[in-house]
Amino acid sequence: MKSHQAIRTAPAPDSAVVRGPDEVEVRLRVNGTTRRMFIEPRVSLLDALRDRLDLHGTKKGCNQGACGACTVWVDRRRVLACLTLAISCENREITTIEGLAEGDTLHPMQQAFLDADAFQCGYCTPGQIMSAVALLTEGHARDDDEIKEWMSGNLCRCAAYPHIRRAIRRVRDEQGGERASH
Amino acid sequence: MRPISYSRVSDVGTAIGTVAADPHSAFLAGGTNQVDLLRIYVEQPRRLVDINDLPLKQVEELPGGGLRLGGLARMSDVAEHPTVRRRYPMVTESLLLGASPQLRHMASVAGNLMQRVRCTYFRDTEAPCNKRAPGTGCSAMEGVNRGHAVLGTSECCIATHPSDLGVALMALDAVVQTEGPAGQRSIPIDDFYLLPGRTPEREHPLTHGELVTGIDLPPLPVAARSRYIKIRDRESYEFALVAVAVAMSVAGGRIAEIRLALGGVATKPWRARAAERELDGAPATPESFTRAAEAEMAGATPHGMNAFKIELGKRTIVRALTEMAEREGSA
Amino acid sequence: MSPAIGATLNRVDGRYKVRGESRYSAEVPVPNLAHAVVVNAKVASGRITSIDTSEAERATGVLAVLTHRNLGRVANVPRLLPSLAGLAAPGQTFFPMQDETVHYGGQPVAIVVADTIERADHAGTLIRFEYETTPATTLLDQARDRAYVPERIFGGLLPGQGSRGDVAKALAEAEVCVDATYRFAPNHHNPIEMSASTAIWDDVDRLTIYDSTQGPNAVQLTVAELLGLPPISIRVVSHAVGGSFGSKAMVWHHPTLAALAARHVGRPVRLVLTREQMFTSCGHREEQEQRITVGARADGRITALRHHKISLTSPFDDWAEPSLQSAAVAYLNPNYEGVYHLVRGNTITPTFMRAPGEATGMFALECAMDELAERVGIDPLELRMRNYSDTDPESGKPWSSSGLRECLQRAAELFGWHDRDPRPGSRREGQWLIGTGLASALYPVTQPVNPQRAKARIYNDGTAVVEAGVSEFGTGVFTAMTQVAADALGLPVERVRFVGGSSNLPNITAAVGSAGTSAVGSAVHVTACELRDQLIRRAVGDDHSPLHGADPARVEVRDGKMVLADHPDVGETYSDLLHRTMTPDVEVLGTWNPPPQDAGYGIHTFGAQMAEVAVDAELGVVRVRRMVGVFAPGRVLNRKLAHSQLMGGMLWGLGQALMEATRMDPRLGRWANASLADYLVPVNADAPDVVVDTVEMRDDVVNPIGIKGVGEIGVVGAAAAIANAVHHATGRRCYELPITLEKLL
Repeated sequence: MKSHQAIRTAPAPDSAVVRGPDEVEVRLRVNGTTRRMFIEPRVSLLDALRDRLDLHGTKKGCNQGACGACTVWVDRRRVLACLTLAISCENREITTIEGLAEGDTLHPMQQAFLDADAFQCGYCTPGQIMSAVALLTEGHARDDDEIKEWMSGNLCRCAAYPHIRRAIRRVRDEQGGERASH
Repeated sequence: MRPISYSRVSDVGTAIGTVAADPHSAFLAGGTNQVDLLRIYVEQPRRLVDINDLPLKQVEELPGGGLRLGGLARMSDVAEHPTVRRRYPMVTESLLLGASPQLRHMASVAGNLMQRVRCTYFRDTEAPCNKRAPGTGCSAMEGVNRGHAVLGTSECCIATHPSDLGVALMALDAVVQTEGPAGQRSIPIDDFYLLPGRTPEREHPLTHGELVTGIDLPPLPVAARSRYIKIRDRESYEFALVAVAVAMSVAGGRIAEIRLALGGVATKPWRARAAERELDGAPATPESFTRAAEAEMAGATPHGMNAFKIELGKRTIVRALTEMAEREGSA
Repeated sequence: MSPAIGATLNRVDGRYKVRGESRYSAEVPVPNLAHAVVVNAKVASGRITSIDTSEAERATGVLAVLTHRNLGRVANVPRLLPSLAGLAAPGQTFFPMQDETVHYGGQPVAIVVADTIERADHAGTLIRFEYETTPATTLLDQARDRAYVPERIFGGLLPGQGSRGDVAKALAEAEVCVDATYRFAPNHHNPIEMSASTAIWDDVDRLTIYDSTQGPNAVQLTVAELLGLPPISIRVVSHAVGGSFGSKAMVWHHPTLAALAARHVGRPVRLVLTREQMFTSCGHREEQEQRITVGARADGRITALRHHKISLTSPFDDWAEPSLQSAAVAYLNPNYEGVYHLVRGNTITPTFMRAPGEATGMFALECAMDELAERVGIDPLELRMRNYSDTDPESGKPWSSSGLRECLQRAAELFGWHDRDPRPGSRREGQWLIGTGLASALYPVTQPVNPQRAKARIYNDGTAVVEAGVSEFGTGVFTAMTQVAADALGLPVERVRFVGGSSNLPNITAAVGSAGTSAVGSAVHVTACELRDQLIRRAVGDDHSPLHGADPARVEVRDGKMVLADHPDVGETYSDLLHRTMTPDVEVLGTWNPPPQDAGYGIHTFGAQMAEVAVDAELGVVRVRRMVGVFAPGRVLNRKLAHSQLMGGMLWGLGQALMEATRMDPRLGRWANASLADYLVPVNADAPDVVVDTVEMRDDVVNPIGIKGVGEIGVVGAAAAIANAVHHATGRRCYELPITLEKLL
């Protein structure tokens, strides 16, 4: 290997605050509300939502980042809750499927999924919907090929894929293409 | 997952100092690989140092026309950055063909380079694996190895390097910028990835506590005429069986400039230098492309189920070159 | 009021699902809950020689570490019987953690219970096992010489072999013969919801289990036998199930293990399988090989069919998915021989997986038919028509209803089949070779063997609730039952509520083999009709009713109002009658008695599949561009939902054809790709738009509502249509599934 110029900088001593490994207080802002819990740092955002906050709309399908069922938004971007540590989300804005509808009125994407029969067992559905709404915000729903590719991070074993695309097209067209957002 | 403690730091010096001071600690960036491997006990740090607040997320112009990708820039942000897209389309394509939109929002480009292999035996803590547990043997050699490497292998390890981005960076001669307890370093990408040899547990030359702060893309006009193609079993959300990053310019029917790298077939992102030698100055014809592909794969070693990758690799190289030549011809 | 049946009603539970409000089995809130994690054997055959649990027991939050030493013995392992029978239905006749023997990789060897899932999971890794290993058989090729022909398979329901005519003679005399052997990789269901059980003892012998299952009653009866408790002590609840595809059809170990663990720690316990455990805990479609020999005349008419299957089963059970049933009767064919060969290996007992048996058996037949068509120079569609049988070729009895020809014709119209140039490799678009293929689809209709019950109650406000113990795992059964009940009662669907998902509700067999909706639908229909008739009888017998003295047979119900059929202005509503008579509600428990197994008819579901593929000429990549499926599933209760399920089935066929395979490492005796990153299922980008149509054939034999089911038939033939299309595109026949690109290089 070639040699490289080494600019010596003085690394700061280990001054970072250590939290854990036992339970520590963690505050998460979820769907606009601050929630407080005592959890170990190893607890994933997914398990924190499901088992500590009783927000079971976010689903566990693989716990390995391979299925997309746990898709939530962190700071408005779709991410996988299973590969996110809850403690790393302090000071972030978390949105789950429970935060999508306005009271009794479904989000247009929820209604479109219902009308297009874009699910069967419904287990992957919250993740699909969180992904689909984000997809429109991201502007990646211009045509079916784009929707296909940009929705491929969400497995649906019932294989409702063509109907998922139909639902997304409907919301896109209703909301005026790429301007659509939540 | 074993119990871990957690720290969050906001400056590079503290990040490095914190990790360097504790041999059982590790950086936490996007977490897509780290958390996964923690959960299956392949990685076992006792302390995670969250570096997501470090100011390393920018994509910046470098003097002289290059571009610096901040180590913590997210895959999705880099992929959609207009300058990257314009000057280095193969970088954008390699990023967008990797993982899923959700994972790309999470994963940093430095983390992408540092990701561990997907070998099933590496991920199975009960199976022999020289990379995870040196000296225990390689289960993949005679095992389920359809996805494994045919280039750059050793008798100790045949795991394929999974990064797509790394392949594009290899073609571009990118430079990895690091900062560690011993200072700053610039490491050419080819040196950043180590062949497994007899030490497959060593994948890169970084010391404990050394952080990838950025990735420099050199000024390279030919990179504007580049692409990344990826062949896999399903249409999306899967690692490559074969991938090709190519940048090429043609003048007077001859190849004026060529950069070629392979993914999915090698133990590190693979610069196809033998093919480049064949192609440099050669007529941009199918014969040249085939000769180059043959030359590159001449050194390949099959291991049972993955033998097809040699032929698939050749054909994909030819496909990529042919498409580039057609594009050049019509440009 | 237009009938609800046939309408395209949205799913009645859809609103909860899109809001994330449906509670799946791991999501029911339970106070004081503890979490259990199963630890699995990492060897495939041998004996545990030592276990050290001390470190795990000391770990923070751990409540118990259970192994065969302290778990306690189960009372009785019931016999293996498909859950359609309505009895106890264990997935295998082996229960783990009873002694130190290890029979297969992934066998449960310990359970850790802790206060959080993270602590339970980590403590599980702290148990130290030592094994004495013995040689294991995990691949068919390791032990073909030990194959045997079982007396019966499939839980004893089907014979191990069957024949008619003289197949050897007919094959010897055949003018054309196609002889082909097809290999199938093992497949795993991989529903996105992993199996989960939450067990709560509210007394020493009263147990509630929230379980993800296709049959709450089957879980109740199985766990009862295993624990030696009467069924009255056990209630099984399944509010919503996140997909099953057969993985939750039989009753595997986890609900019982959760119950045992909960009893041990004296707290409610939740046990959720991991994705990796889903590959070793609820069966799979077994590795298998099928050899088909078709003899025919030069005009393509079949004269003989020999169909042999060899597959791997467990040390405990003679299990083979029934792959020979539909192929045996698909076409007119006087000489037939079908034989199952089994090899015992170190595996969990294989199980049902969507379109069990027929997904592979009809693949073999329909690929062989394509080859036959090529050999005799006849269009594949015409070959099927020419060999059509209007009776069941095995019994000679008429079909209760068929529709195969109608499906093939309709599919051909929708697909544009007749424009096809039959020559392989005749169509090319740039790098892509384009091909089209077709296949017939058949799936046997299996009737439940026991009476099916439902309960219906109408309140004096004119709303009705109908109940049966069926669970909802994506079939839309709650929606369809709402429609069936609404029509029978003469009520709009908004006034009817269907409740299912509990073993406390009237008994229904598990919803398996596409028989779920027909079984529960028949029970609901009979019950709701009985309730309606009872109310009509009350009205005509009540001298205050405008219907007093009318002939009950001349009274019908429209929009909740009982009226004279020929004087619809004369009548009264249910509500009027009940208020006047000061009756708060009326309830009936109804029973549907399924027809005897030998009803004098051949009963099958039929369909036709067509697919267009593009194959990269140099790289071998196969992409399915479009699919058309037309099916004759009897009456269609809800077009929207039925089409969704058929479409899902067809895309399952795409996965089976092109990517699904579980790979065994025989040295380790374990699956080498037990994850959703490595066991590939189709993603959105793989799924083309799918055209689904149904041909409604009236069937008065099968059941009172004339339905045959849509859960499986969509899968059958889809993979064959794709494989045949690949041949048409490339000229290459693939005899091994999945068709991955290296097979086309």
